[in-house]
Amino acid sequence: MRHARYIVSRLLQVVPVALLIILANFFLLRLAPGDLADVMAGEAGAATPEFMSALRSHFGSDLPVWQQLLHYYGRVMTGDLGYSFRNGSEVTTLILSRLPSTLLLVGTTLLVALATGLAAGWFTAVTRRRWAARLVSMATTAGFATPLFWVGLMLIVVFSIELKWLPTGGIEDLDADYEGWRHLLDVARHMVMPVLTLSIFYVAIYARLTHVAVLDVLDADHVRTARAKGLPAGRIARMHVLRNALLPVVTITGMQVGALIGGSVVVETVFAWPGMGRLAFDAVMQRDLNLLLGILLCTSLLVILVNIATDIAYAALDPRIELQ
Amino acid sequence: MTTLLRKLAGDRAALFALLCLAAVAVLAVTAPLLFAHDAFAMVGAPFTWPGADRHHPLGTDVVGRDILTGIVYGARVSLLVGLVAASLSTLIGIVVGLAAGYFGGWVDHALMRLTELFQTMPPLVFVVTIVAILQPSTASIVAAITVTSWTQTARLIRAETMRLRKSEFVLAAWTLGLPPRQIVLRHVLLNAISPAIVTGTLLAGSAILTEAALSFLGLGDPNVMSWGSMVGAGRQVLRTAWYITAIPGCAIVLTVLAIVALGNGIDRLLNPRARR
Repeated sequence: MRHARYIVSRLLQVVPVALLIILANFFLLRLAPGDLADVMAGEAGAATPEFMSALRSHFGSDLPVWQQLLHYYGRVMTGDLGYSFRNGSEVTTLILSRLPSTLLLVGTTLLVALATGLAAGWFTAVTRRRWAARLVSMATTAGFATPLFWVGLMLIVVFSIELKWLPTGGIEDLDADYEGWRHLLDVARHMVMPVLTLSIFYVAIYARLTHVAVLDVLDADHVRTARAKGLPAGRIARMHVLRNALLPVVTITGMQVGALIGGSVVVETVFAWPGMGRLAFDAVMQRDLNLLLGILLCTSLLVILVNIATDIAYAALDPRIELQ
Repeated sequence: MTTLLRKLAGDRAALFALLCLAAVAVLAVTAPLLFAHDAFAMVGAPFTWPGADRHHPLGTDVVGRDILTGIVYGARVSLLVGLVAASLSTLIGIVVGLAAGYFGGWVDHALMRLTELFQTMPPLVFVVTIVAILQPSTASIVAAITVTSWTQTARLIRAETMRLRKSEFVLAAWTLGLPPRQIVLRHVLLNAISPAIVTGTLLAGSAILTEAALSFLGLGDPNVMSWGSMVGAGRQVLRTAWYITAIPGCAIVLTVLAIVALGNGIDRLLNPRARR
């Protein structure tokens, strides 16, 4: 009950941020060369002059700015992000059709990074060796300094071209037409390198955070007490150490989700993964600004949703935090 | 300032990083003196592997452009974007953070909502959109990276300013009747600035990475050679000539690593008591 009310109030807090993002999108649209109708039609001249004038009266280009803005809000609210002439489809339809594969990629990456990072950070903290700490911090630095697209390409060279173990790109083998679990296996094979590329940096961050947090908690009074009263080691690890160590990890997940989505643009481009990132790249190549702005809007909303989720996870992990 | 430099000279890792970056900068600036041709000139047989021809120690690319020349010229745009974008976004972050932390109230509220807005939009998607709208050029790339990367500094400076505002020496300065400008600049900012400098160094690294990603995606300045666009061009021939992709990538990694090492050194210097 308490949680339900929290979620509702958190969702309400989202409204002003979402409105501001739409406002920012509107001004970015206006910054583009030409008026709204030009941007909507793309610069290819794919539309006839009659259609352009119809578009102009539709968007009210002759109206004052504030009326245009209201107009824009009205359209975005009803899910109308305009039309992509290059793709011959509604922008909203295009984005929604690409959303699942991006969510699959980003979600799997988060899970893999969490599992690996927690395990690695835990291990290096428990060994309490100097080399372990140094290894974790070196990995974080290397993860920060290495461009994702380059890692992806180098993985292709090693695993696809030289070793021929994995496919170079795409989400499934188009010729094979697999069904059932063989199809799943095929998709999984295509996911290995994109997920690996995207998760490297996050594994390093999570490992470092877990390392520090576990070191902190291991010497804390409540853990010593738990040990002294004879709790089994597994229970101490799960309930007393891991729970505390997860807090910074959850915070960083919320803060990094925008960067993760940005990373997926690059990774999807390298591995021809048919998601929103690849759609953004195609939009850039075709100078389809309206589609690009639609993607910016949708990914921003996605970031907001993930932030709400991390807030809830944080509150669930730490009962000291008041849900309000 | 001189003691700072002397201390930095005592930090071997940071000193090494600084010397490496200085060397790269000198090479970048003197590039036209070092090479007879510019980076776009086709000077040799295409697909010469590194080491195969002593005139082209790092080989040549798809159309016979010298890769070493490309790397040295590419350092120009990378360092320029890193330096300018990091300085500008640090400056914006400082101004926003100082205003929010010092004035508080509705100014703080408005500025923090603005910061939140910029933190919500995925940075790379945002940068790509801005550059696509403004048309790719070094200036638009710098502008886009600056616009998207000032938020962390603003938050840091705001938090420090709020803490310092309540401190006794600022109160004392008030009581002495010092003008607000002097209090803000000399007593608040000077004490709040050190984390912003460390963050700024890291911002230079991520600005270089963002510029590389942009030019890899085809949104680089078409008139200058850049490491990202070299990787992008090599991608087409990854199967037969992976060295064309590998070499510029190494240049990016090494440069950013040096910047991070320098940043860590500055951090050690400014916060000697911090636990590590």
